[in-house]
Amino acid sequence: MAAEAISRALRDGALEGEHAPALTIKDSIHAPLGAFVFDHILAQLSSNISSSKSQAQGIVLVAFARSPQFYAELLKSKANDAASLKKWLRIVDCYTDPLGWKIQLAESGIVSNRSTQNATTASLCKNVRDLDMLFSSIVELGKEVIRETKGRFAVAIDSVSEILRHASISSAASLLSNLRSHDQVACLFWLFHSDLHEMKASSALEYISSMVACVEPISNTANGKGMNSENVPLIEQNLGRGKFSVRFKRRNGRIRLMSEELHTEQMGINFVPAFEGHVTSQSLVPKVQFNLQLSEKERNDRAKVVLPFEHQGDGKPIQIYDGRRSVSESKTENKETNAEKMHVNEDSGRGEIIYIRDSDDEMPDSDEDPDDDLISDSTIFFLTVGILELLTN
Amino acid sequence: MMSSNSANNLLDEALGFNDDGGGGGGGLLLLIEDRVETSGAFILHHLIKRRLSSPNRPNDVVVFLSFAHPFSHYDRILRKMGCNLGVQKENKRFVYYDMLNLNYPDGEKGAEDLLLSVYGKIQKTVELCSSREGYKNSTIMIDDISLMEVALCGSSNLVLDFLHYCYSLATQFDCLVIILNHEDVYSTMDVPSPLLQMEYLANIVIKAEPLATGLATDVHGQLTVLNKGICQGSGCSKGKIRNFHFRVKENCVEYFYPGSRT
Repeated sequence: MAAEAISRALRDGALEGEHAPALTIKDSIHAPLGAFVFDHILAQLSSNISSSKSQAQGIVLVAFARSPQFYAELLKSKANDAASLKKWLRIVDCYTDPLGWKIQLAESGIVSNRSTQNATTASLCKNVRDLDMLFSSIVELGKEVIRETKGRFAVAIDSVSEILRHASISSAASLLSNLRSHDQVACLFWLFHSDLHEMKASSALEYISSMVACVEPISNTANGKGMNSENVPLIEQNLGRGKFSVRFKRRNGRIRLMSEELHTEQMGINFVPAFEGHVTSQSLVPKVQFNLQLSEKERNDRAKVVLPFEHQGDGKPIQIYDGRRSVSESKTENKETNAEKMHVNEDSGRGEIIYIRDSDDEMPDSDEDPDDDLISDSTIFFLTVGILELLTN
Repeated sequence: MMSSNSANNLLDEALGFNDDGGGGGGGLLLLIEDRVETSGAFILHHLIKRRLSSPNRPNDVVVFLSFAHPFSHYDRILRKMGCNLGVQKENKRFVYYDMLNLNYPDGEKGAEDLLLSVYGKIQKTVELCSSREGYKNSTIMIDDISLMEVALCGSSNLVLDFLHYCYSLATQFDCLVIILNHEDVYSTMDVPSPLLQMEYLANIVIKAEPLATGLATDVHGQLTVLNKGICQGSGCSKGKIRNFHFRVKENCVEYFYPGSRT
């Protein structure tokens, strides 16, 4: 499954002489489940680190969107005690005072200098606009969790969207590239909200990544067409479920696509195989809101349709399809009669085909106009003459 | 059909408010989005009254930053709803900051310094309240965000920074942050709008929109309350959406589900 493949790739880490694997998790406001995926990946990697199964010996978590306390509680709830967390977890706290306002206010005596308690070692970042300083902080904290000289650490950034609010895309891309190419970084992953940025920013981040995990709505609602009680259940469904598509970029250039569904639950999220009808493997069919592919039954039914006026060329007499399903032998004579009549009408040069159905063979719910056999051209002519005579008299 | 005079109406239920006016604290940000056709100001007035009128919470404080109207405007409206803002202001339960008449400096640096000082006042007020006995929740309200952006030389980034700080203050001191913004102000923007940033930040989003069928005399619009649920490290509650109609009357607002009005 896709989520497991991601966890394995991050667990295995970087090969010698190669850049570290990098994962982009992206979502949008209509499928706002990216944070759940981030937490899941973080918990999985933490579990591998604490049981020494991964290349990374520790994690440096850069917290912008949620507090260090939130992450401490999250990881403790996944069977990690505080003492163990302190060994391998470091947090760069970009949440509490990202611009240094609280420090300035405390220094000028306006507010008290109350530091928030945290159970893990969180290093306060007072200026998120300085990405060089942020890079140095990450690397410094990473070295604290490495046990050997050639050891490596993982990096997780909970919101690149927040970085992009304070810095340009080129600076942000540079930060991520430098981390990825650092010889002590085993792997890194980050979350961003694709609808908060221009396409070029999204593309730049995806180019840097070796894996891109995209969370999309499970239900396509009529976005932008106004709210009503009908699309409320669909929107609510998107709060709890989503499509999870992952693109893996191999070293040899091959792309592998995997897709599944994710469901939110009380204690996190659960990944399940996608339902039938969803794209489960790489396909050239364009992504549209309706199904372009045929099922087996639909293919068989299509093969059985007798096309009108087509020479079947199989030695059997030509069967002209006149709108009725029946192609049995008992109807053959009638059809031949109809065919003769059709030829007669065609010879008149009018260019249209009129079906003159034998009334005995007429189906009860025929689509034909029942009045067709009541009036003929000659009758119309005489009627017209009669009307003209009346008018002139 | 429920009016806002009853103990709990559809809006309060959708917000997860208790009968005593509490709930909705614990570090949450509530975003109200409205439009020209459907003003969301009545929601703000309702929430002011709820937060100040709860008998079990005598020390709760509402910190109000007004960029839109003078104090007399809110006083007049809340009086009709049975709430005396003047008395609450004297008792320091309603802390009103007049942002209309401030001298706004030029340039972004000056704007940031001003914002820093405003934030400092808010943090000091909230810290003071939290030290009082019986403190439960504080509320920080901003009316409205688009005017705040204008006042800060159009810097939506500064506004978002300010909201982030309010949010972290709310998490630390168990506050509720309530902001009002206008959806149609950002509708013609080509670049991703700051309103979307706020929707990501908010835990609860209330949208006041006209009906899809247009204007009506009996129904003034529809409210959609998106409650993302509380997410803590140990687990999350599921997000919910409620949609219902409203009618604004002289002294109250009626909320009802479509088709249930007699």
